[in-house]
Amino acid sequence: MAEAHPVGFQWVMEAKARGAKVIHVDPRYSRTSALADLHAPIRAGADIAFLGGLINYVLTHEKYFREYVVNYSNAPTILSEDYADTEDLDGVFSGLDKAHRMYHIDTWRYQGEGAEPAGGDRGAEPEWEARLQRTARGEVHGSGGPAVHREPDTDETLRHPRCVFQVLKRHFARYTPEMVAQVTGMPEDLFQKIAELITENSGREKTTAFVYSVGWTQHTVGVQYIRAAAILQTLLGNIGRPGGGLMALRGHASIQGSTDIPTLFDLLPGYLPMPFASTGEDLDSYVRADIVHKGFWANTREYTVSLLKAWWGDAATAGNDFCYDYLPRLTGSHSTYDTAVAQIEGECKGYILLGQNPAVGSANARMQRLGMANLDWLVVRDFVLIESATWWKDGPEIETGELRTEDIGTEVFFLPAAAHTEKDGSFTNTQRMLQWHHTAVEPAADARSDLWFTYHLGRKIREKLAGSADEMDRPILDLTWDYPTSGSLAEPDADAVLAEINGWDADGNPLSSYTQLAADGSTACGCWIYCGVRAGGENQAARRKPGGDQSWVAPEWGWAWPANRRILYNRASADPEGNPWSQRKALVWWDRDKGEWTGHDVPDFARNRPPDYRPPEGAAGVAALSGIDPFIMQADGKAWLFAPAGLVDGPLPTHYEPQESPVTNPLYGQQHNPVRQIITHRENPLQPSGGEPGASVYPYVVTTYRLTEHHTAGGMSRFLPYLAELQPELFCEVSPELAAERGLDHLGWATVVSARGAIEARVLVTKRIMPLRMDGRVLHQVGIPWHWGPNGYTTGDAANELAHLSLDPNVHIQEAKALACDIRPGRRPRGPALRAFVRDYQQRAGITERTGMEP
Amino acid sequence: MTATDVQITTRPDGMDTYPGQQPRMGFFTDTSVCIGCKACEVACKEWNGVPEDGLNLTGMSYDNTGSLNASTWRHVAFIEQIGRSSEPGESRWLMSSDVCKHCTEAACLDVCPTGALMRTEFGTVVVQDDICNGCGYCVTACPFGVIARRETDGGAHKCTLCYDRMGDGQTPACALACPTESIQYGPVDELRERAQRRVGELHDQGNDAARLYLDDPTDGIGGGGAFFLLLDEPEVYGLPPDPVVTTRDLPRMWRHVARAGAALAAGALAACLGWEGRNR
Repeated sequence: MAEAHPVGFQWVMEAKARGAKVIHVDPRYSRTSALADLHAPIRAGADIAFLGGLINYVLTHEKYFREYVVNYSNAPTILSEDYADTEDLDGVFSGLDKAHRMYHIDTWRYQGEGAEPAGGDRGAEPEWEARLQRTARGEVHGSGGPAVHREPDTDETLRHPRCVFQVLKRHFARYTPEMVAQVTGMPEDLFQKIAELITENSGREKTTAFVYSVGWTQHTVGVQYIRAAAILQTLLGNIGRPGGGLMALRGHASIQGSTDIPTLFDLLPGYLPMPFASTGEDLDSYVRADIVHKGFWANTREYTVSLLKAWWGDAATAGNDFCYDYLPRLTGSHSTYDTAVAQIEGECKGYILLGQNPAVGSANARMQRLGMANLDWLVVRDFVLIESATWWKDGPEIETGELRTEDIGTEVFFLPAAAHTEKDGSFTNTQRMLQWHHTAVEPAADARSDLWFTYHLGRKIREKLAGSADEMDRPILDLTWDYPTSGSLAEPDADAVLAEINGWDADGNPLSSYTQLAADGSTACGCWIYCGVRAGGENQAARRKPGGDQSWVAPEWGWAWPANRRILYNRASADPEGNPWSQRKALVWWDRDKGEWTGHDVPDFARNRPPDYRPPEGAAGVAALSGIDPFIMQADGKAWLFAPAGLVDGPLPTHYEPQESPVTNPLYGQQHNPVRQIITHRENPLQPSGGEPGASVYPYVVTTYRLTEHHTAGGMSRFLPYLAELQPELFCEVSPELAAERGLDHLGWATVVSARGAIEARVLVTKRIMPLRMDGRVLHQVGIPWHWGPNGYTTGDAANELAHLSLDPNVHIQEAKALACDIRPGRRPRGPALRAFVRDYQQRAGITERTGMEP
Repeated sequence: MTATDVQITTRPDGMDTYPGQQPRMGFFTDTSVCIGCKACEVACKEWNGVPEDGLNLTGMSYDNTGSLNASTWRHVAFIEQIGRSSEPGESRWLMSSDVCKHCTEAACLDVCPTGALMRTEFGTVVVQDDICNGCGYCVTACPFGVIARRETDGGAHKCTLCYDRMGDGQTPACALACPTESIQYGPVDELRERAQRRVGELHDQGNDAARLYLDDPTDGIGGGGAFFLLLDEPEVYGLPPDPVVTTRDLPRMWRHVARAGAALAAGALAACLGWEGRNR
C-alpha cells in the first residue's frame, strides 16, 4: 500500500500511531513492509492456502465470534444432500462439466430449494448455460445471488452435518499450519503469529481490517481469494464494523467509478447486468432473470426504468418498454481480451482508447499489438504518444521484423487529452466516495477532456444521422443529449451530467435517495447507487468540510454511495437486540424511543424496522428482510460463508495452482481452477506446470508489481523527468541465492523468458526477495515492476510481454501476479533472433496448442 | 535608532537575535515514519525549478538520486537491513529524507567571499544566486557535502528552506507534500520539543537505537535548523557522526600563524642585529 497508495498510507501510519499493529503479507519486502510490525513472505499465487489456513485456525480453536456468525451469516443454513465438496472429489465440487468447462450449480443450493436452471427460458442446455456464464451473469449475481425462494432450513446449534458451518470446517480441515508452510513457503511460526494477532484483535471490543489490491485479484482464482478473506472476516465478526471489513484499494484514475458507471462490457450503471441476447428480450424477462425475492435487488425494475428514462427521456414510455430495446445485447464475452482476439481474427475493425495503453498495460501485450495491426482504424486519446499510438512504427514487432510499417493498414488518430487538473469531474475511490475536482487551468492547444470528446462526438454523429428513417438510428437520435456547454472550448457542464446521474422526479426536482425510484417512468436516474449525490440540488461530492470540524465518520467530506453510507452492512455493528457489540465500536444502533436506527453513520437498514421484526409468510422484496438480516443485498439477508450461487467456480474458495506454476498442487489432485477462462489462440501459448514434462524449463515464479515512483503502464510517469530520474530503468529483483544460482550480477543485465516473450532488465540483487523453503525444496521468485515500455524519457521492456491470458472466469481478470519463467544473465536477443529465442524455449518445454488447457 | 542601539543577545541555541525577530524556523525529519515515497524530492524540484540531474540506476537499493548536490535538495536514502531469519523486527529497511542542515555555525556562510551566502531573518542559510560567483569555497567548507556547483550555470545551489514560501507564511514544498509528516516544519524550539517527545515514545516502545541527530546546540555545528530522528548510527545513513563546522579552528590557526610569523620576524631581526654586532 505504501508503494502504490502512499497518500492513502498516511492513514495506516495514523492508525499505527494510535497503537494499531500492521501485518504485511507479500512475496517481497516492500516499502510497506518497512513500516509494518510484521512481514510474512508468501509464494505468489498461494494466498488461498494462507487464508484457508487462517479460517481453519479460527474454526479449530473456536476463535469465531459465535453470536455474530449464528445470527448474521448463513453458517446455520443446511445444504442440499446433492452437494459434494472438494474433500469428496479430490479438489473439485459437484456439478463439474469438464467438457463444457463449467459448473452446473444446482447441487450447491440450500436444502429445499428447487433446482433452477440459470438459463431462464432456454433451460439447462450446457452450451447455452456456458455461453451465459461467459457473459458474466455471475458477476452481477455476485451482489445478491439469484432467487432463494423460501426461508432456508437451519440449525442454529451449528451441528447438522450439512449445515454450512460444518461443511466449511470439513472443507478447510486440511489447511493446517504445516500445510500452509508447505504450499506458501510462509514459515509456520510466522503464520501462527499472524493467526494469534488477528484473532486477539477481533470480537466485540476490537476489529481487524484486511486491505488488498491486485495482488489478490489478478489470478485465475482472484475472486475466490476475496471470498476467502470475506469468509474469514465474517467468522471473526469484522464485516460492517468500524475498523473492520475488506478494503479493496482502488482509486487510480477513478477505477471504482469505472465499474460503478461502467466502462465494462457486461454491466450497466449501478451493477445492473447488460442484457443478454434472447434471454433479455423485453423488460419483463430482463427483470425476471435478475430479480430476487428478498432484499434491495427486488427493485431491479425501478432502477432499470429510471436509467432508461435518464438516457432516452421523453422517448422512453411505458408503451415501448421505456426504450429497453435500444440497449445493446451481449452474445458472449466481449471482454478486452476477447476483443483482442476478435481484432486479430478480423472481426473487430475499430478501436478507441481513452487513457488506456494496452500495448504495454495489458497481459500478453504482443497480442494487443497484433490485434491493433489488423484494425481499420484506431483512435488514441492521451497526454503523450504512448506505445499504443506508435507501435506501428517503433513497436517490438517492427524490431523483430514480424510487422512492417508499410504493410500495416490501420489508420491511427492521436488526440491530445486534458489532464484532471484541466477539467471538472469526479473521482470515485476505494471507499465508494465521490470527490469532485475543479478545473484549475484550461487545457492547452488541442487538448480536450474525455467529456468534451464524448459529448461532441455524439453531437456530430447525431447531426449526421438527423432525419434518418432507419430504425437502427433511433437509439442514438432518441438519446437525451442536451448538456449545456460553456466557454471558448464549448466544454460540457460536468455538474449537469452529475445531476442526470443523480436523477430527478417527474417535476424535475433532484432526488435524494434510490428508494424514491419508480418503475412507472416518473423518475429518471443515471445510476441508482449514485442517487443522492446531488440531493437538494447541491453537489455533495464537492464538499470539503475539514475532518476536525465534524465527527470521526466525516460524512461531510465528499459523498459515498449509496446514500452517503460510509460502512456497508453496518447493521452488523449492533447485536440482534440492536445494541452496539461494544461502546468502543459503536457505529449504528436501534433507538427504541424514536423507533428508528441511528448512529454515527447512515444506517444500512430499513430505518424504522425494529430488530425483532420477523417477516410474515409470503413477504417479498425489502419487506422480507428481518430485523436481523444485515446483509440486505443478499437473497437471504445473511453473509454467505457458503455461496450457493453467484460465482462460476465454486461455492467455497479452494487452493489451486496458478495457470503456470513450478509446483504440483500439494492439496489436491486437481492442479488448476477447472473452469478458468483461457483465451484459446495461437498467440497465447501456455506452459506446462508442476510435475509435467517441460515445466522445469520455466522454473522460477515471477510476480509483477508497482513502484511508488511510476504509475501503471507508465504513460503518466515515464515521460516526466522528475519521476523518470527516481526510477530510471527497468529492473528485476532477485535474491542473492538466485543470483548465485543463475550467475546474475547486481546492476548487470538479465533476460526473463516465458512462452509469450522475453524481456531484459537490470538486476537488483536484494535480500528483500526471500527464497522460499517449501516441501523439501527451495523455490525462487523474481519481482518485476510493470511500468516500462519503449517510449518516453525512461524506456525499457514491458513486463506484460511475459504474461498469458488465462483469466478468472467470474470477472475475466488476467493472472499477472503469478507467472513461471526462466531468468538468465545477459541482454536479450534483438531482431528476428528474439522470436527464435522464445520459440526455442517453447520447443524445449514441449509446448503444443493443448498445453496448459486441461480443465 | 542606530545599529549600536539594537539590543543583540545570544540565544541558548547559539544564534544571535534581536527584539522582534522572527522565530528561527527549520525542519524536524522523523525518519521513523518515512515511507520512501520521494514526494519531497519531486515537490522541491517542482517548486524551485531545480533541473533533473541524471537518469542513473545506482544499485543503491531504491536510491537513484545518490546524494544532495546543486540539483538535488532533498535526497531519500534507503538502507536495507534484512535479517537472515524472518523473525518480526529482525528486518528493517531504513528510509530517510536528507536535506541541508541550515547549521547554526555554517562553514559555507563563513567562507563565502562575496556574501552570496547569507543568514535570513528566519535563521536559515540561503545562497543569493545573483551574487554568487561560483568560486566553490563553500563546496569544500560544508562538512556534509550538501552545497555544490551546478555545471549549467556555474553557481552554487542548495536548499533554501523555501525562503520564498516562508515569507508568505506558507510551508516549504517538501513538508507540505510529505504524506506521513516525516518532514515537519515549524519554529526550531517547538520542533526540538516535539522531537524529544517522539524519541521518548520510541524508546518506550523498545526501539532503543532511535536517537536525534543535530538537535543539540552544543554539538560541532551548534545544532542544525534542520535536524533528524534516526533509527541507527548516522554513518549508516551516510551522515558524519560528529560533524564539526570546518571553520571552527580558523581563529586559533590564524593566531598560530600570527605568532609563528612574529617569531620568524623577531628571529630575523635578532639575526640581523647580531650580524651587525659581530662585524663591528
